Amino acid sequence: MGKYVIKRLIFMVFTLFIITLMCFVLVRMLPPAELPPGDPHTKIVEARREALGYNKPYLEQFGIFLKNVFTKGDWGVSDVLYFGQDVFAIFVSKLPATMIVNFYSIILSIPIGIALGIWAALRKNTWVDDTISTLTMALISVPSFVYAFLIQYFLAFKLGWFPFLMKEGTDWFSWPMFVSMIPAVLSLSLGVIAGFTRTTRAELTEVLTSEFMLLARTKGLTKVQATVRHALKNCMVVIVPSIFGEFISIIGGSLIIEKLFSVPGVGQLYLNSINGRDYPLFMLLTVFYTAIGLVAAIVVDISYGFIDPRIRMGSKK
Amino acid sequence: MMNEATKNIYEDIPKEMFELAQQDETLHDTKLETKARGYFADALVRFRKNRASVIGAWIIFFLLLFSLLSPILSKYTVRDQDKYYVNYPPYIRSIAEKKIGIFDGAAVHASQNEAAMAQWKAVAIETGYDPLLKILETTETVSLYRGKERITKTYKIQTNKYYEQGMIFRVLSFQEFEDIQKWQDETGIQVIYPFVEAKDIKDITSANVWYQVSDNKGTPKYDKEGNFIPAYSTNTAKEGAPYHSKRLENDPGNWIYSMQKSGAVQCRVCYYNYYTYVNGHEPMYIMGTNSMGMDLFCAIGIGSRFSIIFALLVSVINLTIGAVYGAIQGYYGGAVDMIMDRIADILYEVPFIVVSTLFQLHLAPKVGVVPSFLFAFVLTGWIGMAALVRKQFYRFKSQEFVMAARTLGASDWRLMFKHIFPNAIGTIITSCALTIPGVIRSETTLTYLGIVNIADFAGTSLGTLMSQGQTSMTSSPHAMFFPAMYFALLLIAFNLFGNGLRDAFNPSLRGVDD
Repeated sequence: MGKYVIKRLIFMVFTLFIITLMCFVLVRMLPPAELPPGDPHTKIVEARREALGYNKPYLEQFGIFLKNVFTKGDWGVSDVLYFGQDVFAIFVSKLPATMIVNFYSIILSIPIGIALGIWAALRKNTWVDDTISTLTMALISVPSFVYAFLIQYFLAFKLGWFPFLMKEGTDWFSWPMFVSMIPAVLSLSLGVIAGFTRTTRAELTEVLTSEFMLLARTKGLTKVQATVRHALKNCMVVIVPSIFGEFISIIGGSLIIEKLFSVPGVGQLYLNSINGRDYPLFMLLTVFYTAIGLVAAIVVDISYGFIDPRIRMGSKK
Repeated sequence: MMNEATKNIYEDIPKEMFELAQQDETLHDTKLETKARGYFADALVRFRKNRASVIGAWIIFFLLLFSLLSPILSKYTVRDQDKYYVNYPPYIRSIAEKKIGIFDGAAVHASQNEAAMAQWKAVAIETGYDPLLKILETTETVSLYRGKERITKTYKIQTNKYYEQGMIFRVLSFQEFEDIQKWQDETGIQVIYPFVEAKDIKDITSANVWYQVSDNKGTPKYDKEGNFIPAYSTNTAKEGAPYHSKRLENDPGNWIYSMQKSGAVQCRVCYYNYYTYVNGHEPMYIMGTNSMGMDLFCAIGIGSRFSIIFALLVSVINLTIGAVYGAIQGYYGGAVDMIMDRIADILYEVPFIVVSTLFQLHLAPKVGVVPSFLFAFVLTGWIGMAALVRKQFYRFKSQEFVMAARTLGASDWRLMFKHIFPNAIGTIITSCALTIPGVIRSETTLTYLGIVNIADFAGTSLGTLMSQGQTSMTSSPHAMFFPAMYFALLLIAFNLFGNGLRDAFNPSLRGVDD
């Protein structure tokens, strides 16, 4: 187990390194953001670019970049969007909004998703199951911005229950802020709910037909006892890791939902950095998103082993 | 000697001595009662039993038909972008005249006062197209005005947006002015209306005020019978060009129909009729127009065409690359497999949005937006397919038929693609059916976000249409609704269809993750 974890971690760092290198070179190959003519900062910016090695070979530039990141935590300064500001500070200031919105969404969606999945599995092939499965299927197929539109149009505009966009400000835990987050939270949740419902239903239907369930019933357990103690416990082997994965990805957030509801978060920052061609910001966020994907995958894989010791890690596929 | 003798005997057996052992009977096992059914036929039977997937297949069929036919049936192309009919709801005149509440270009206007109502009425009288469809609500407010109680009525009304436009001022060249007059004589449709000078109507600049007003808010003056009093200009000294065509019925003959403008004439034209003159037909927007003034009916067809063809292309390319890659991995195994797997792992971890952005920045200026977009999809898209094929190869490569073929001297390549690959084809078809909606989904998401803009190449795309609809969501939800509905239906149908195919080709996987 320990050996497997270490192996995975090493490979993760290696992957991250390769991807960062590729992106770095590709980004540096692009002409750097132009300064407005007659800008008073031209000299400083040029001196800084000189120090970052803009006219040296790419690998040397990458070396300087890595050295700055590791020794000073310096990811560079923003070129376009937040001219002259430290990108890492901007990034950190955008984290809370994303994390809070996604946290609410997870708190809401995991219980509902699992409950719906259990319900559908227990009523398999009835109208309950059909309805839940169809809805799940529809929600999974369609990207979130389509139903975010419906939520925004009906709940926020027609019924006027919620504000159209998220409230500005940094009072993250105030009531008006919470209310203004609800449309975004709902739009994020639907997809997650559908995902959990599908996984739970699939797992539970499979477990419910296995022989140990029959044994549990024959030894005198009621249906509820058998389901809770035996079936659900087995389902959790699959569900719990995906909960972990979900929790890690909360800091990533969703690009589109954040744009639609103007959540001042990381996702929106990423989109803006792409559309605004702010390369240092883009570079930082690319590394960030890649890292999240990698960490989430590792945590999911490793947690399988912790939850169910029968699953042996590192064995050949 | 003995041997030779026997040999000789058997060598010269006369032909007549031969007798056919069995000519009329067959040596086979008893023939199967039922018709033999191949792998694909079997899958088809199973697919047909799955009601949801059959429905999915039909929906796909109709959506494809839509995107094929709508640009042909529509009177517009995506290049026709009207400047006035922007974000207008669906309208077809023949259906609107039946007054059943659909295709009538209806929009709701809240809190309209008497002056505004008078203006709607004036538009109706002058153009002959009555914009007012229905009064939804009348509110009376009582207020004190200079010590007297005054009742003001406000209305919530439904109007036909296409008629609402009424008149516009338009500067025409002399030639165009003549042409319109000729057209008017031919068709009997009045396009050019008598001119109204702003000084006669208290400096109101709206083209729709043609009556005498008592204040600059547009409150009309009425004559004894309660009719509007025309305020058309009779200032012949300023007339832009001679007018010899159809005049209004109540024209005393001295109203002028144009105004001088350096090198051209300024006119008041009825936009609805002017539109008919310019386009050769009346406006007919089955799904309304969007914020660019495009016909949505046509635009959705054009946009989805691109999405579908693009998705098919990406799927085919990914399938080919993935199949070859996965086959090599699975067949050779060992170190080759491990290295190739690591490469795939690394590529797989690059976020797709990063790939597409970087490709847009680097490749798009060199090879064009669409090819670079295609490369972005191909770069990471084949990995899923490769993993699938690899798994199938591991399953089949140690089986006896492969060993038999190898013993007969088949080459690696032949073994891979002639013997093992066909066994994986069911899985591949299935995964292809599920790849298509995935590609459509990502493609639309990226165009929606504006990271990739293919409008120059394809005219428009579903994502672009949706982001255009998004901007005017509250005032004209139809501009978002129609593309979103097409998109949602397409994805749901493809997924239903794909799930059905998977169940049909791999009955053992049924219900694993649907």
